[in-house]
Amino acid sequence: MGYKCIVLIKQVPDTKRITGDVMNDDGTVKRSALPAIFNPEDLNALETALEIKGQFRGRVTVLTMGLPGASAILRESLYRGADEAILITDPRCAASDTLATSYILSCAVKKLDYDIVLCGRQAIDGDTAQVGPQLAEKLAVTQITYVEELIELAGKTITAQRNIGNGSQQVKAKLPVLLTVVGDANEPRVAAARKMMKFKNARTPIEVEQEGKDENPDPNEADIKELAAHKCSKLEKRGLLIKQWDLDSVGADLNWCGAGGSPTKVHRIQSVVLAAKQSKDVEPSADGISDMIHELIEEKTIT
Amino acid sequence: MIEVNRKGEVWVFAEQHNGRLEDTPLELMSKARRLADTLGVELAAAVLGDKVKGLAAKLIQHGADKVYLVEHPLLGHYQTNSYAKVMYDLIHKYEPQIVLYGATITGRDLAPRIASAAKAGLTADCTDLQIGDHTTVKDKKLHKNLLFQIRPAFGGNIVATIINLDRWPQMATVREGVMPMPEPDAARKGKVIEETVKLAKQDLPLQLLAEHKRAKKVDLKAARIIVAGGAGVGSKDNFRLIWDLANCLGGAPAATRAAVDLGFIDHDHQVGQTGTTVRPSLYIAVGISGAIQHQAGMSQSQKIVAVNNDPDAPIFQVAHYKILGDLNVVVPLMIKTIREKGL
Ligand SMILES: Cc1cc2nc3c(=O)[nH]c(=O)nc-3n(C[C@H](O)[C@H](O)[C@H](O)COP(=O)(O)OP(=O)(O)OC[C@H]3O[C@@H](n4cnc5c(N)ncnc54)[C@H](O)[C@@H]3O)c2cc1C
Repeated sequence: MGYKCIVLIKQVPDTKRITGDVMNDDGTVKRSALPAIFNPEDLNALETALEIKGQFRGRVTVLTMGLPGASAILRESLYRGADEAILITDPRCAASDTLATSYILSCAVKKLDYDIVLCGRQAIDGDTAQVGPQLAEKLAVTQITYVEELIELAGKTITAQRNIGNGSQQVKAKLPVLLTVVGDANEPRVAAARKMMKFKNARTPIEVEQEGKDENPDPNEADIKELAAHKCSKLEKRGLLIKQWDLDSVGADLNWCGAGGSPTKVHRIQSVVLAAKQSKDVEPSADGISDMIHELIEEKTIT
Repeated sequence: MIEVNRKGEVWVFAEQHNGRLEDTPLELMSKARRLADTLGVELAAAVLGDKVKGLAAKLIQHGADKVYLVEHPLLGHYQTNSYAKVMYDLIHKYEPQIVLYGATITGRDLAPRIASAAKAGLTADCTDLQIGDHTTVKDKKLHKNLLFQIRPAFGGNIVATIINLDRWPQMATVREGVMPMPEPDAARKGKVIEETVKLAKQDLPLQLLAEHKRAKKVDLKAARIIVAGGAGVGSKDNFRLIWDLANCLGGAPAATRAAVDLGFIDHDHQVGQTGTTVRPSLYIAVGISGAIQHQAGMSQSQKIVAVNNDPDAPIFQVAHYKILGDLNVVVPLMIKTIREKGL
């Protein structure tokens, strides 16, 4: 019994911390210079899934597509109570736009069993809010975007409240559905110490291999592979092996992945330059201010 | 997949709720008109709903050459699947080269669903649109007359120009309030093309149980004069200064996100990237540093007055009148001066 939830999460550069130091001269951003964080609204999506599990039992699977380092947010999800974590990592995913990303994610989600797919409303690096609805279309499931409250889950139906900007709306739909969750929906729980102890050693195969290489500076490919395989099977027995998929294992058609599968291209990137205008210094005195107000009245800006 | 169609029209999705057109598609008409003229094609609006025929005239007055009108009882309330299905079918039938949507809650729910079905590109939340050429680096091939989809990225720190070369239609959602609404021209003539669609219950998987609309506390977009306060104002009590100055100028009070987060004033008053975009005749920025995300919502104001005690505050770079001083001295002086002039 219970509900099977899949939560799609993303590791993003912390765009709130952008300063001059992290901009290249051509106006692009040095992603590597920014701390990588769990996309904030994806934490709200995870929290919603964990609340569903808390109330009805079931299972929470977290799934991310990203660089090998994205396993950090998978571990963070395990610390909070996710049951299973999956990393999709493949160099051929690089430069995927939202359409290609939603295609790759849909291939992965279709391999799993689910009642509810949850996404954060949007990611702070792109702010597009497109992947959720695009994924829903590819899965041919009903989408409920901007969810601020889960009202009811009963049998095979869900009732949710959407934030529609100038108010709210309650809608009901049959499962399966895809929800995109807004930041106001809940207060994401913090990591549980007990789970942290348990999962801090959870690894993906690619991390195991990398750690093997770091420990053994004199690499013999065959040995390292064998050692890694051995270590992975040990981790797996303890429930600490994070699943890792590539485009072949999700059965993706490469024509729809990566740069080639992405209809949108970047023509140009510019850093934001503040416009210099004709300006006047005004004395912070009664006279200075009176002159300025007088001018604004003369030119009919103030009427 | 839809092939490149250089004769295709420029379309605007004319979002309406309960028979009332939203502002954003109307704002979009002026820019869309220019794009269509540059390309030498017609500008069309697509309006979906139940008994919405009356909206066609307004769309034509705002610049449309054509209105595709789709009426059906099941289109009375917006929902993703039914609207996406109808729009997708229309796009397939007429192959427009550009389709634009307001980046409203509805636009951002609908457009990606259509883009996914059409396997077309989509750029979110554009602040500007232009027509331009692009040469691909690899094969030096020149692609003429593409839609430049211009948007802030990375939390507003950079501006990216996005294009779609080969998979059309070129689609974008456009930020609310960034384009000035065109003056309606009652003499304009246009064609109305009525489309019939078949919809069944399964096209409407959502059941709408209730809707609560909350009236906005302030209409910043309509204000001619805006007085905005930032974190520098210091407290909710001291924010009285902002209300008073706004009142004596007949303007609206506004704020930065920092001031909203500090609880000085309601979020409805927030100007900027995650608030409202405004373009008043006069914008008075008080105790505001002028972060890029704030400027994104106000830099188009006709006259900007900045009051700040930090000579290096970035707000001074966009201000026409720079008042370097303590706001607790300057604002009361401004109020006094205006009252004395008897305005
Ligand atoms: C993704 C994202 C979206 C955002 N969206 C928005 C948005 O929509 N709108 C928005 O406003 N911000 C937004 N922000 C936040 C933005 O980056 C800034 O943090 C915010 O605008 C700063 O507000 P402020 O100028 O009020 O505060 P501060 O930056 O703290 O500036 C206060 C100013 O007051 C001046 N001051 C202090 N005391 C006095 C005094 N006595 N007299 C005169 N001057 C004084 C100081 O010199 C200073 O310049 C966003 C940020 C991010 C990352």
